[in-house]
Amino acid sequence: MEEEEYEPLVIAFCCNWCSYAGADLAGVSRFQYPPNIRVIRTMCSGMVHPNLVMDALTKGADGVIICGCHIGDCHYLEGNVITEKRADAIELMLEDFGLEPERFRLEWISASEGDKFARVMNEMVEAVKALGPSPYKM
Amino acid sequence: MVEKVGAVLVVGGGIAGMQASLDLADSGYKVYLLDKSPNIGGAMAQLDKTFPTNDCAMCIMAPKLVETGRHRNIELLTGASLEAVQGSPGNFLVTIKKTARKVDETRCTGCGMCTHFCPVEVPDEYNMGLVTRKAIYVKYPQAVPAVVSIDLEHCIGCGICEGQCEAEAIVYDQEEQMMDIEVGSIVVAPGFNLFDLARKPQYGYGVYPNVLSSLELERMLSATGPHAGMVLRPSDGELPRNMAFIQCVGSRDKQTGNTYCSSVCCMFSIKEAIIAKEHTPGLEAHIFFMDMRAYGKEFDEYYSRAEEEHGVKFTRGNRISMVEEDPVTHNLFITYVDGAELKVEEFDIVVLSVGTEAPVDTDKLRQVLGIDLNTHSFCETSIFDPLSTTKPGIYVCGAFSSPKDIPDSVAQASGAAALASSHISTERNKLVEIREFPPEKDISGEDSKIGVFICHCGINIGGVVDVPAVVEYAKTLPNVTYAEDNLYTCSQDTQSKIVETIKEHDLNRVIVASCTPRTHAPLFMNTIRDAGLNPYLFEMANIREHCSWVHSKEPEKATQKAKDLVRMAVAKAALLEPIPPIKISIGKSALIIGGGITGMTAALGIADQGFDAYLVEKKDELGGITRRIHFALTGEDVQARMNELIDKVKSNERVHVYTGAKIKDIEGFVGSFITTLEHEGEEKQIRHGVVLVATGGAELKPDEYLYGKDPRVVTQLEYEDMLANGGLKEDTKSVAMIQCVGSRNEERPYCSRICCTETIKNALKTKEMMPDANVYVFHRDMRTYGFREDYYLEAAEKGVVFVRYYPENPPKLTVNDGKLDLIAKDPFLDEEIVVNPDVVMLAVATLPNADNEELSTFLKIPLSKDKFFLEAHVKLRPVDFATEGVFLCGLAHSPKFVEECLAQASAAVSRATTILAQDELELEATKSFVVDEKCDGCAYCVDPCPYDAITLIEYMRDGTVKKTVDVDETACKGCGVCQATCPKDGIFVRGFTLGQINAMIEAALEVA
Repeated sequence: MEEEEYEPLVIAFCCNWCSYAGADLAGVSRFQYPPNIRVIRTMCSGMVHPNLVMDALTKGADGVIICGCHIGDCHYLEGNVITEKRADAIELMLEDFGLEPERFRLEWISASEGDKFARVMNEMVEAVKALGPSPYKM
Repeated sequence: MVEKVGAVLVVGGGIAGMQASLDLADSGYKVYLLDKSPNIGGAMAQLDKTFPTNDCAMCIMAPKLVETGRHRNIELLTGASLEAVQGSPGNFLVTIKKTARKVDETRCTGCGMCTHFCPVEVPDEYNMGLVTRKAIYVKYPQAVPAVVSIDLEHCIGCGICEGQCEAEAIVYDQEEQMMDIEVGSIVVAPGFNLFDLARKPQYGYGVYPNVLSSLELERMLSATGPHAGMVLRPSDGELPRNMAFIQCVGSRDKQTGNTYCSSVCCMFSIKEAIIAKEHTPGLEAHIFFMDMRAYGKEFDEYYSRAEEEHGVKFTRGNRISMVEEDPVTHNLFITYVDGAELKVEEFDIVVLSVGTEAPVDTDKLRQVLGIDLNTHSFCETSIFDPLSTTKPGIYVCGAFSSPKDIPDSVAQASGAAALASSHISTERNKLVEIREFPPEKDISGEDSKIGVFICHCGINIGGVVDVPAVVEYAKTLPNVTYAEDNLYTCSQDTQSKIVETIKEHDLNRVIVASCTPRTHAPLFMNTIRDAGLNPYLFEMANIREHCSWVHSKEPEKATQKAKDLVRMAVAKAALLEPIPPIKISIGKSALIIGGGITGMTAALGIADQGFDAYLVEKKDELGGITRRIHFALTGEDVQARMNELIDKVKSNERVHVYTGAKIKDIEGFVGSFITTLEHEGEEKQIRHGVVLVATGGAELKPDEYLYGKDPRVVTQLEYEDMLANGGLKEDTKSVAMIQCVGSRNEERPYCSRICCTETIKNALKTKEMMPDANVYVFHRDMRTYGFREDYYLEAAEKGVVFVRYYPENPPKLTVNDGKLDLIAKDPFLDEEIVVNPDVVMLAVATLPNADNEELSTFLKIPLSKDKFFLEAHVKLRPVDFATEGVFLCGLAHSPKFVEECLAQASAAVSRATTILAQDELELEATKSFVVDEKCDGCAYCVDPCPYDAITLIEYMRDGTVKKTVDVDETACKGCGVCQATCPKDGIFVRGFTLGQINAMIEAALEVA
């Protein structure tokens, strides 16, 4: 019997103004991507506490991606600049938890980049598929 | 003295009529919205997508449709016509005829059973006759009002519908009805009519099956169209391999008398070509056109992307003379010129880019309203009064005054609303009902009782996701007491149903699983308020944009994902708490930045509405760039009008002018801004409720074509000055005008919109002053859209020579023996053309104001990549910013003509008035809050806050000093940087707390 293909689950935090809108545009444009993504809308990428990312990964998410406005375009001026700094901290925490760096990603996706949203989600799912299930998966 | 009436009649329920109605109704006037059709929505309701963002037309329009339909101050008069108008501005008596719908509007629930059983099939106008509808029908699925009507022309009177209708809404003996209403002003927005393609038999429309109109293609592209978004050849139902678009069918055409340009068809075809290619694998699209008129904001970039990224083929300089057909294959042949060559190409489908005309009832409108029409039977207006008809008290907006696109129509609609209300502003709030919600139910201590409403969105969701299975699944989730599916959860009848369901099942939290909350959450939040729930007890699951549309080939996985998304929403919803409203008082004045023609018009508009206007201009005198314009294409004396305007501004006691003033800072938020000015050596502070940005633009000083090196080379405005002030030598024999200098290039990819027409104006003036002089215009596309085309024709007839050039081969200007040599290559003759002009006029780019960047930081408003200001939505909110209380008009938005600036100025006044007319405004309540027992006053959150909204405070608690932080709710915008910084769980954003987000994560991972 063929082994059932592992279907990863990726949590995507998307800011309300750019990346969530970019995800909407991917929909309007019918850009297809794998159904392994679960988007959680936040007002700003700067709202995502690093603990949320680590909690998600240690509770069994195979990957987490934070998406925000491009630097300079943040609806809240510089929330994404802070997100960028936190991402460095998150990368260090991944190491401590014995998780591969590819399980976390930060991307800037604007409201007009539906194609980019679909491409990034495709890449992210491919990347965590290649890694196999999260070691924390229950 | 006329007794004024605080009501306005709006004629036409398309996007313009709806926008005018909403602005007026939100500003405190009673509105009667009349539409001859049984349902409002107009032409935009038929569109699949809108350029240049490819937004889904219905998606962006539906919230406005619903808002119009449910607004307490708007009375819809559908299936109605205007019969007589008497009276004068301030008090008109209007007689209206309402045709018999044969359906009781108050009883019909829009369930559609009658249409299912009706045996009569009628060509469906909404789908351009490509499919059929029934004799009892609703125009389109999302229609407002969601009420059927009987098409008397086709009804056979069998009575089946009456038998089927459980609501007993069918009234066969309903008679047509005459009614009189009193209004203070009238706004006319009847839209346009499509050119009759039978008048161009050479294209074979109606004879060759595979020749389509652009509107037919639009319906095919729509998910709600005849083939659910597939483009199929009518002759054999096959997918087309290639498709041709023929532009200017019924436009720019002497043969039909429609000599004007229809303004929108170029962009419309580009959009359709892109979308058709997306929907049809391997499709080639080829657009044949004379000039590509991509003149609007970000249009040229869209045009470039179509060519470079989507591979749409464009062949310029073509008026296709005929279409031929192979009668066996029904394939079509087009002969065209490509450079100097003649070619023939075979196509599977030919699309005729159909022009627009004045509405069919234009002559009746003329008679009943007593207004003048122009030579093309459109409503007569003038550049200084673009929104006024020739009859006082009656205003016009949208395509009735000239063909135009959606954002221009919407801006005009808001502008017309401002003018219509300006002379009845004393009657504001006299005839309206204030929207009142029932008192909010106290749900504290109650367990979560969640209702889940899952939308099919026609087939948009239901065609992929097994919606009934998701409903059954939702019912099994914790805290869910009720779940159901809806064909369209956003439809008006479903809103009432949701209210009833909330009451019936005593729900205290609601989830809608449908489309994106970005467009639809406000609608549903108001709906649950109608049922006595706090609006923030609402959550959406996006199972369309984020599910059915992006996983359309994997229905099972999409259904599973939809279940997961609903489960996540339920987990969050269970933790939602009511958020108390934040109300702020509104300062009844406006700051207008920029004292050009736009800013001055806006300031007077604000004053006419009864509010104070602070007009700030950095230069020492008012007037802006219009000071340098002497002539108008249509003959008006621009400077005389400008001086009149300046006098009016200076003598109006509500307008406070600050010239030579610099803005040092702007603080605050909607309702209470404080601006610090440097004026006459002193700092002054102004308090105001709203801001209107009218900073204008500037003319480029180019560094090409010897400009600045040879005095004979001048810019367009410099040339106009020479014409006006005798700067042109009497023996001038030859003038060359070069278009697109500094526009449409790598540095500035945008089209400056006005320069083609300004060139025509200057060319005509030159010919008038010096009939023997030769005038040459070197251009890439002449973009004289609308009725400006008539002047282009006139210039050509008067002997102005037009030579096209391609950007890769621009004209070359050199000096030889003191003579100017201008060499260009004509791409059609494939020959070099050499002229020796006495003067060279450069049609240079319009630049954004250099101060825009500084202002964008003061007001926290965005700039486009071209450094003009970026509005809240390019289609439907052209003069709004996403930041509340800040508005935009004129060149600050993008290059445009005086008449367009004035329309936007009035539009900004109208949008501002919707705020200024209120005493209190309810703010978005998504703000940070402090959990005092957790906060230890470490103040980590204070510095990162982008709005300085957080301060560290100390207070006495139990005899000791307690440190904590305090949030200024008016400054906080709810970004949540604080909550992600806090190490102690001491500060959160309402509706997005860590607990709520965590619940979603756990639900997604099924570990809860």
